[in-house]
Amino acid sequence: MERKNKTTGTVAGIIANLVIVKVDGPVAQNEIGFIYHPENKLMAEVIKITGDNVFVQVFESTRGLKIGAKVEFENHLLEVTLGPGILSRNYDGLQNDLDKMEGVFLKRGDYTDPLDREKKWDWTPIAKKGDKVSAGSWLGEVPENGNPHRIMVPFKMEGVYTVKNIVEAGSYIVDDVIATVSDAEGNDIQLTMVQKWPVKVAIKAYDNKPRPFKLLETGIRTMDTLNPIVEGGTGFIPGPFGTGKTVLQHAISKYAEADIVIIAACGERANEVVEIFTEFPELEDPRTGRKLIERTIIIANTSNMPVAAREASVYTAMTLGEYYRSMGLKVLLMADSTSRWAQALREMSNRLEELPGPDAFPMDLTAIISSFYARAGFVYLNNGESGSITFIGTVSPAGGNLKEPVTESTRKAARCFYGLNQDRADSKRYPAIDPIDSYSKYLEYPEVQSYLLERIGEGWLDKVAKTKTLLLRGREAMEQINILGDDGVPMEFHERFWNSELIDAVILQQDSFDDVDANCPMPRQKYMLEKVLDITDKKFTFETFEDLSGFFKRIINHLKQMNYAEWDSDKFRNYEAELEDMMKERLN
Amino acid sequence: METQAFQKIYTKISNLTKATIMLKATDVGYDEMALVHGRIGQVVKIMGDNVVLQIFGGTEGIPTNAEVVFLGRPPQLKVSDQLAGRFFNAFGDPIDGGPEVEGKIVDTGGPSVNPVRRAQPSQLIATGIAGIDLNNSLVTGQKIPFFADPDQPYNQVMANVALRAEADKIILGGMGLSNDDYLYFKNVFDNAGALDRIVSFVNTTEDPPVERLLIPDMALTAAEYFAHEKQEKVLVLLTDMTLFADALSIVSNRMDQIPSKDSMPGSLYSDLARIYEKAVQFPHGGSITIIAVTTLNGGDITHAIPDNTGYITEGQLFLRMDSDVGKVIVDPFRSLSRLKQLVIGTQTREDHPQVMNAAIRLYADAANAKTKQDNGFDLTDYDERTIKFAKEYAVQLLAVDLNIDTVEMLDRTWQLFKDNFSREEVVVRQEFVDKYWK
Repeated sequence: MERKNKTTGTVAGIIANLVIVKVDGPVAQNEIGFIYHPENKLMAEVIKITGDNVFVQVFESTRGLKIGAKVEFENHLLEVTLGPGILSRNYDGLQNDLDKMEGVFLKRGDYTDPLDREKKWDWTPIAKKGDKVSAGSWLGEVPENGNPHRIMVPFKMEGVYTVKNIVEAGSYIVDDVIATVSDAEGNDIQLTMVQKWPVKVAIKAYDNKPRPFKLLETGIRTMDTLNPIVEGGTGFIPGPFGTGKTVLQHAISKYAEADIVIIAACGERANEVVEIFTEFPELEDPRTGRKLIERTIIIANTSNMPVAAREASVYTAMTLGEYYRSMGLKVLLMADSTSRWAQALREMSNRLEELPGPDAFPMDLTAIISSFYARAGFVYLNNGESGSITFIGTVSPAGGNLKEPVTESTRKAARCFYGLNQDRADSKRYPAIDPIDSYSKYLEYPEVQSYLLERIGEGWLDKVAKTKTLLLRGREAMEQINILGDDGVPMEFHERFWNSELIDAVILQQDSFDDVDANCPMPRQKYMLEKVLDITDKKFTFETFEDLSGFFKRIINHLKQMNYAEWDSDKFRNYEAELEDMMKERLN
Repeated sequence: METQAFQKIYTKISNLTKATIMLKATDVGYDEMALVHGRIGQVVKIMGDNVVLQIFGGTEGIPTNAEVVFLGRPPQLKVSDQLAGRFFNAFGDPIDGGPEVEGKIVDTGGPSVNPVRRAQPSQLIATGIAGIDLNNSLVTGQKIPFFADPDQPYNQVMANVALRAEADKIILGGMGLSNDDYLYFKNVFDNAGALDRIVSFVNTTEDPPVERLLIPDMALTAAEYFAHEKQEKVLVLLTDMTLFADALSIVSNRMDQIPSKDSMPGSLYSDLARIYEKAVQFPHGGSITIIAVTTLNGGDITHAIPDNTGYITEGQLFLRMDSDVGKVIVDPFRSLSRLKQLVIGTQTREDHPQVMNAAIRLYADAANAKTKQDNGFDLTDYDERTIKFAKEYAVQLLAVDLNIDTVEMLDRTWQLFKDNFSREEVVVRQEFVDKYWK
């Protein structure tokens, strides 16, 4: 896309944020242009071209825009700026630093620098003079909030280069030249710590992308134990409103064992983002002792911000994730909600008067979602190191109906399904992940299976399978009890039902607002699961089913108190001892 | 509405639909207002020199040679302290016979607050209704609708909530309000001696429906003035947002847009979000809290309007007639306040979260027991007790006709626990049981 002169044009039509521009030269699909508005320049992206008429979606309100306004195209696609200093920033969907904007209200056309150009970074070279390098090769590193931020050969550079010069360890700003490399023809290229990359193109500066195999601990029992997600895996959380999607996402982003967490608030509530702004600087990362905000990047395109930027926001987030993955880091990317992104696509498709697909969504929705999810993954880099992006998106199905196009398209792309159940939410059984409908395809991967057996213990998978069977049996027993009545079924049915209630209350349910229960590390999860399964194996004697339910309620109460107690504390052990006593009385 | 000298007057309308007109015009800005045959219109589409306007009052009787004058500005409102105590129509013109308001001219539907310049909502709004304060506590800066069938007394409940909320200003945005309801609000506020704290923008059923589209922006522009510039606690009441959404679908239909679910425009989510997201807590203490009404059709929350609303707002308050006790209650299952976690147990008594959850769990058990009963099965002793608890809980706590403080609400709940259950059956942290089970 190299052009000598910028192509220009004039505005010829306006329908909300879709603007038609008559141009005088070449333009590319998805090229960025600026529309000259009396107050400010408005950023826009080319989405369709017919002859001289170029259709652009404007990332701002077009209020007051008139026919004839001048437009200038920029010769490049929508890009992000990559360099040290991205962590703990709050960006909008186009990577403008929200903290640098003046005033309480957002001003349109206010574009701010994503990086701090003054800050000095402690540089340590990795590459040496004479090294052969290519796109993504590590030249050196600077510490960024406790993580090594690798400075790489820009991803846009094709072919092999020779390091001609690299600066010594020391303190530099991002725009200082830190290396000079020469290409095959002997041309010198000077490199700084900053590079740019178009968001809609995947960064592929890695050696290979194997099937993911390592467990990614989230601290959430119903996920880690029953349907684990893996490092570099993909998952999605569909749920009607009010079933706890956001609380669950926040819980995952707080406690998951990732180096970097990127949260794309895509068309969601501003107050939820404010919650992150307020809480994350206070909360400690249990693994590093640093503040959670230090490992977090927030991309905030709240629901009242321009629609076109909403679509860009998920790509911006993914590209930042790919950048950190190329440094050999574990990235967790959360997008809330991908339905809002799909709706942004629908709004544009509608203004373009394209023939609609199901529910008026664009026909290529499935393809767009699939190729986006495909950008996640575990990779081996060219230097043998590894990095990963684990992606979890939420879906907000219209009317809670999982047969709608966004949910169905996502189901084809994501490997873990955490379906939130309205009935569970209604009876405050949180997290409301349905234990029977939800799945993790990764449990079927032999490489994941052997990893789990090795890390958690022999027989773990059998225990997980057994738990699922008990839950299913419990649900069936409950249905029978509902049809036939308490007296109409044998005692065994009540036992089955209460065994599943036990698992539900102690393993599945977890209190995200309780300091202790909110995060459950794997050894504790294992201990509690074994404890519970052990109880389900015991043969108790009961006179009546009321006797039985009363007993189970008491032991559930005790096990819950254990969940609320510090791990292995006196309180924890006391409850456990009392529990054992209660059970002894009932054993044959 | 103003016209100025030397303005260009167009007199040739080329196309007319029930809600829109098209004419050739130049130098017109997007979103600009215009006077068409004395009626107010707004630019919704420009293609070359063809300009499409939506006419808020409808196009009945507009001739093709009608005078069209572009006003060179988006919708605006004059804001000042003089707004207080006044009633206006959708265009911001007084309808109470009083004088024009003098003040600063502000464009309505302005930009949103930078998320990093917001503060976390943190102040409890007490309403005296336990279905709200106990189970779904409201917080300043929150946005929440009542979901109610048209026969529920939502406007009355909302008026009560507004008066008890201790807001500095209450701004009423009435859309498709029946004349009776309009007068009801006027009387209630007047009788409470609160009229000087209230600003109303009203579109009644007698006004053209498309005019409603301007009401939320008008109300929220006034709200932003008081909340941001005057640093006041502002409560905005929007009733009925379902009628607002219906007006959106009328316009989109007239513009030949492809409808999505339930004949609503594909942009419904963004259109509603733009309004509700004006709710904000400013760091300087001013705030905008939005309480809205979304009427339902037979309790159906899967319809596109309540569904999209639920994804935008911070919860919903679901009103339902409880036929077991003959009272309108705030349904504890279908209702939710997402922001309650910010205040319960800290600004209210420590046992609040656990007591709230335990009571709802027991209420759910009662619902199961009732299903059993309906299917003709014998009830266990526990089932009987939950059903008894549910009735008492509905009358003493869930009913909307209550006015008590949260301590009283919690004490009442503990009393009901004690009357009906054993300590183990109420799964609550041991330390609270020890302290409050008396």
